[in-house]
Amino acid sequence: MTTEATAAPAVVARNLKQVYKISRGMFHPADHLQAVSGVSFTVQPGKTLAVVGESGCGKSTLARMVSLIETPSAGELLLGGVDAVKASPEQRQALRRTVQLVFQNPYGSLNPRKKIGAILEAPLEINTDLDAKSRAEQARAMLALVGLRPEHYDRYPHMFSGGQRQRIAIARALMLKPALIVADEPVSALDVSIQAQVLNLLADLQQELGLAYLFISHDLGVVRHIAHDVLVMYLGHAVEQGEKKTIFAQPLHPYTQALLASTPGIVSTGVSKKRIVLSGELPSPLNPPSGCVFSTRCPHVVAQCHNARPELRELAGRKVACHLAEQFIQPV
Amino acid sequence: MPLLEIENLSVKFPTKTAVMHAVDGVSLSVDAGDVLGIVGESGSGKSVTMMALMGLVSFPGVVTADTLRFDGHDLLQLSNSARAKLTGKDIAMIFQDPTTSLNPCFTVGFQLAETLKLHLGMDSKAARKRSIELLEQVGIPAPESRLNVFPHQMSGGMNQRVMIAMAISCSPKLLIADEPTTALDVTIQAQILDLLRTLQKDLNMALVLITHNMGVVSQMAQRVAVMYAGQIMETRSAHDIFESPQHPYTEALLAAMPERSEGASRLATIPGMVPGLYDRPAGCLFAPRCIYANNHCRNDRPELREWQSGMVRCHYPLPAVNP
Repeated sequence: MTTEATAAPAVVARNLKQVYKISRGMFHPADHLQAVSGVSFTVQPGKTLAVVGESGCGKSTLARMVSLIETPSAGELLLGGVDAVKASPEQRQALRRTVQLVFQNPYGSLNPRKKIGAILEAPLEINTDLDAKSRAEQARAMLALVGLRPEHYDRYPHMFSGGQRQRIAIARALMLKPALIVADEPVSALDVSIQAQVLNLLADLQQELGLAYLFISHDLGVVRHIAHDVLVMYLGHAVEQGEKKTIFAQPLHPYTQALLASTPGIVSTGVSKKRIVLSGELPSPLNPPSGCVFSTRCPHVVAQCHNARPELRELAGRKVACHLAEQFIQPV
Repeated sequence: MPLLEIENLSVKFPTKTAVMHAVDGVSLSVDAGDVLGIVGESGSGKSVTMMALMGLVSFPGVVTADTLRFDGHDLLQLSNSARAKLTGKDIAMIFQDPTTSLNPCFTVGFQLAETLKLHLGMDSKAARKRSIELLEQVGIPAPESRLNVFPHQMSGGMNQRVMIAMAISCSPKLLIADEPTTALDVTIQAQILDLLRTLQKDLNMALVLITHNMGVVSQMAQRVAVMYAGQIMETRSAHDIFESPQHPYTEALLAAMPERSEGASRLATIPGMVPGLYDRPAGCLFAPRCIYANNHCRNDRPELREWQSGMVRCHYPLPAVNP
C-alpha cells in the first residue's frame, strides 16, 4: 500500500449535486427534485468507501454520477486526478474506462443470450483494438482470477448459480483494468454463504490490484466488514461520514444511531442492545423538511432543528450534520 | 395438544428426467402462542413447506404427509372447500413483497372488506368500521382516508402494514410470515418486526416466521428450525442455537455472517453448492460441503433425532459449548 499512497486519489468529489426537473404538465412550472445535495468525499486507491442509507436517499444517483452515466448539476468530480465534469468528450470516454459498475442482481445484469466469453470480451471489443485471440486470452485469465474455471468460457449465464454469476459480473467490470469499482448492492441478492464468498473475492481483488471501491449497501453488517470509510446519507444529504471504526464505535448522528440499532444483529451475549425504532418514513424529496432533513423522524428533535439546517462539521474525528451531536459524545 | 402438527411432510415436483424433492420428510409442531423461526438459504424448502400446509402447491407438485393437523382438524381428510374455509380464517399468511401481493386494481379498503365479508359475514358498513380499526391497530396514520387509496399510492412499509391488517382481520390462530421484511429498508423493517411482535402477544397468535436473515430470527423467535435442501437439520431454542449450534450446517451458516466475524479479514465460507436435481447425495445431504464428513456420512442418511435440548439430523453432532 506504500507505493499507492503517492498516487492521486481514485475519486475526489466536492459538493456534488444532482437536481432532476420533474415536469408537471404544460400549465405548471416544473418541479425540482434534489436527489443529491452537496456531497463531498475522497476514495484512495486500495480503499473502500461504503455509502449507507435507505432507498430514496440518493445513493444510486451518487453512483451514477461517479460512473459518469449522469453529469452532476453542480460540484466537482475528479477521477484519478482528472476533472470529469469539465473534461472533453474524448477525455470522458477515456475516464469511463477507469470506472466500472457491478450491479445488485446478477440475474438481470448478464445477457442470457450471450456466452460468458462474449460477455467478458464486450468491453474490450468496444474500448480497445485488441484482436480476437488476445481478447479471448484476457477473458480466460480473468475467469481464473475471479475463481471460475476456463471451461466456463463457453457457457451461458443460466448455467451458473447466483454467486457464480456475480463473479462473472465482477470479472466483466475488471476487464478494462479500472481503478475504481462502483458496486451497487453487490451482495444483497445473495444467500449468506454465497455472500461471504463474494465479499472475500472483492477483498482479495482489492489487495491484489489496488482497486478502490465505492460500495453501496444498506446492510450494515456487510459494511462493517468491508469498508474503510463510511458515508451515511439521508434524503440526499450526507449526515455523517468518517472512518468506519470511529462511526461504528460511537455514531453521533441520530439517524446513524437508529440505523445501527435497527440492524438485527445476533444477540449472543444475552444482552440486547437498546433498540431505537424510528417512527414514520422518509419524507418526499420533492418537499423536504425546512430545517434538518431528519427532523421529522428524529427522536431527539428540538425547535432549532425545524428552523436551521445543520451544516456538516468536524466533531470527534468524523463529520456530522446535527445541532445536538455534542450531547451524544460519551467519554470512552 | 399442539396447534399445528406436521409429520413427515414431503413435496415432490416430478420433471421429465428426475424428481425434485422440494420438501423431504419435514416434521414440525407449533403450540398456541409460540413463535417458530424457519431459516435456510434459498431453495431449502422453507416456503414450500408452508405453501403445502396452506394447500397452495399446484400441479405438478405432489404433497404427501403422515399427519397434517391444525387445531384438531385433519387437513388431509378435509374437502378442498372446507380446507379453504379453515385455512383462510384461522391461518393467515403474509408474503415477502407487499406491492405484488396486493391487487393493484382495487382500493385498500375494498380488499380489506372482502376478507371480512367472506369469512365473518359482515355487511359493508360493519366491514368498513372494522377495516378502520384494523388499519389503526397496525399503525397507519389517518386510517379513514387510507381506505380509498390504491396500493401504488403507498410506500412498501405501509403496504406491508395493510397486508398484516388483512392477515389479522379474522383473528387467526396461526400467522405465517414469509420473509415479511426482506423487501423493506432497515428502519422500516424494525417497525414491522416490532408490530408483529406486539400483535403476536396481544392476540396470542402462533407465529411462524420464515426468513433467511439470522438476525431477524434471533430477535423474534423462541424456537428455530434450520432447513437445508428440503430437510430440517436442527431445531432448538433460539438462544441455544446461536450460542452453540450442534449441526455443522448451522455452525457454518453462522460463521459466514459478517456480523459474527468482526475484525477478521476474511469471512468463513461454505464450499460447494446446495445439491440440485441430479446430484442429491445418497448419504447426509450436507456431507459434500461438511468439513467433518466421513464415509459414514456419505453413505448413510441420518435421521432427525432428539439430541440434548433439541433435535438434530447428524451422525456426529457438535459438542455443546458451555459458556
